[in-house]
Amino acid sequence: MREITYAQAIQEAMSEEMRRDQNIMFMGEDIGVYGGAFGVSRGMFEEFGDKRVRDTPITELAITGCAAGAAMTGLRPIVEIMFSDFMTLAMEQLVNQAAKNRFQFGGQAAVPMVLRTPGGSGTGAAEQHSQSLEAWVCHVPGLKVVIPSTPYDAKGLLKAAIRDNNPVVFIEQKLLYRTKGEVPEPGDDYIIELGKADIKREGSDLTIITYGRMVPRALEVAEAFSQKGTSIEVIDIRTLVPLDTEALISSAKKTGRVLIVHEACQRGGYGGEIAGLIADSEAFFYLDAPIKRLGGLDVPIPYNPNLEAQVVPTVESITKAVNELL
Amino acid sequence: MKLSKEQHKELFYKMTLCREFEETAAKLFIAGKVHGTAHFCIGEEATGVGVCSPLEVEDYITQTHRGHNQGIGKNMDVNRMMAEFLGKQTGYCKGKGGCMHIADFSVGSLGANGVVAGGLPIATGAALSQQYLGKKNITVCFFGDGAANEGAFHESLNLASVWKLPVLFVCTNNLYGMSTHINKSMNIEDISVRAASYGIKGIALDGNDVVTIYQETLKAKEYVLEHGPMLMVLNTYRWTGHSKSDAQLYRTKEEVNQWKERCPIKRHRDLLIDQKLFTEEELDELKREAVQKIKDAVAFAENSPEPSIDDIFDDVYAL
Ligand SMILES: Cc1ncc(C[n+]2csc(CCOP(=O)(O)OP(=O)(O)O)c2C)c(N)n1
Ligand SMILES: [Mg+2]
Repeated sequence: MREITYAQAIQEAMSEEMRRDQNIMFMGEDIGVYGGAFGVSRGMFEEFGDKRVRDTPITELAITGCAAGAAMTGLRPIVEIMFSDFMTLAMEQLVNQAAKNRFQFGGQAAVPMVLRTPGGSGTGAAEQHSQSLEAWVCHVPGLKVVIPSTPYDAKGLLKAAIRDNNPVVFIEQKLLYRTKGEVPEPGDDYIIELGKADIKREGSDLTIITYGRMVPRALEVAEAFSQKGTSIEVIDIRTLVPLDTEALISSAKKTGRVLIVHEACQRGGYGGEIAGLIADSEAFFYLDAPIKRLGGLDVPIPYNPNLEAQVVPTVESITKAVNELL
Repeated sequence: MKLSKEQHKELFYKMTLCREFEETAAKLFIAGKVHGTAHFCIGEEATGVGVCSPLEVEDYITQTHRGHNQGIGKNMDVNRMMAEFLGKQTGYCKGKGGCMHIADFSVGSLGANGVVAGGLPIATGAALSQQYLGKKNITVCFFGDGAANEGAFHESLNLASVWKLPVLFVCTNNLYGMSTHINKSMNIEDISVRAASYGIKGIALDGNDVVTIYQETLKAKEYVLEHGPMLMVLNTYRWTGHSKSDAQLYRTKEEVNQWKERCPIKRHRDLLIDQKLFTEEELDELKREAVQKIKDAVAFAENSPEPSIDDIFDDVYAL
């Protein structure tokens, strides 16, 4: 199979879907000639023109609400919010309108929109451009939440998100944009159903449940432990909402030891939800150790690169957490 | 009001210092000494320097992501600015904020902002304090043309207007928000007309004319203290890309070159020589001083310690 980057995979998913369905349009800040702050949409303006690929003013609330309104009336908009930190400006329309409009109008409306946005630290962009805010949106019924970790997953999941009839928050990982992976040829229209976790590595002694940028880190740790005879299973949940509860529970039952890893601050992070889910299930009776969470430190992301690297889980801190569980 | 020789000297020196700071910072990037990004205001030096120089320490400013001129205008210390840029413990934010967040409360800077239009409500609040506490000072709020399309702009101008808060909203219109020209982001050419919607005064000035900006800011301060908020638009241009990574496919070299002809520093220099206020040699000497000051700042920053992870939880909460 050919290899492409995570960013290219996202661009291909959007472009292929836009060729298939004329009512899909794409809007955001500097996504046109500039190609998006991270170059994800390079070439799309040239192909689809300014009716379907629209540069907007800097106005996140209006872009997001406009997408919701258009979605309720026949379009299937994709919105790019330049940094996931700026979802905070879009929150009203996303949370009170887009997420609720089907339910509160008794099922009359559907809001088939995708809000794409890059999250995470590691680029030296400091406090206001580095957050991992997925727990905020996971808390809101009516929204689906996706965070892919590979080019293959990014493409298949984004296609599913675009075809979904609900608002989907699709959080991309800045530090994965340039990573490469195998992806089927452009014509091969594969879709990855939302709500299906992926076992990225099978194992029998301990399960690491993670997503996004922490997946490659967890795999690195698992590989190192396998050299020492410890078999670690790495589950990439891929979609936080809906969550593949079955996959998590059965893995916990199998290994009896669970470590949950995410970059987002540990306090109030999605890891708490996953831990609660396992503790509430029959897997509880199979556990040989308490469920452990490893999230980012409960601090804003600092600018200095050494500090920045140490406030999120590292290969060293994941290794340490695994050792504590064994 | 005519400017004194000292005042002219201050303006020329600060603009030159700012240019030198940023050109040096750009070189540090190329040398791989800086992680992250930076937004340079080369070509826009007259805006922040012209507005901030006539202010008092007790006047507050809120800065933008493109605000080195604003900080230097307000007498921030370039050593600590450079140290912050390099992420050092001696930097203004202890290496935790970077140049998008430099702040110096001791000179009245309430901080730069990484969020477009993020400073407008903050400035409105600072002006509320000044009014509430009976101070005879104002808050100057810097933001860009792109920021004028955010809800925070409209909400802040309206609130400041109805409460008659002493805030001077200064829009640095450099024609672009990243790649987006204002003719694609708003249906007006003169941003100052937006003031009318909120029942406040709006003026537009040549943003490369540091002397006029200085004079008009002094008048604006008086006006704002008496009547409440005002919108001042400074029309200028950024010579460099939006940030470190910008291929600038959205504008032509000719356009950039035309604006380079209107360099605010050269313009001021020519004026000083024409009016025989300074000789070429005196101005060259001032430039040499600025160059040395920045060299020293780099040395200070490079010799400063890195922040320690042991202090990472400091300042998350106040004690
Ligand atoms: C709320 C928000 N949206 C988007 C961005 C990304 N961004 C940073 S600067 C910028 C352009 C701002 O334009 P303008 O206000 O004109 O200031 P300039 O950069 O031209 O000085 C954009 C879109 C941001 N930092 N904050
Ligand atoms: Mg601008």
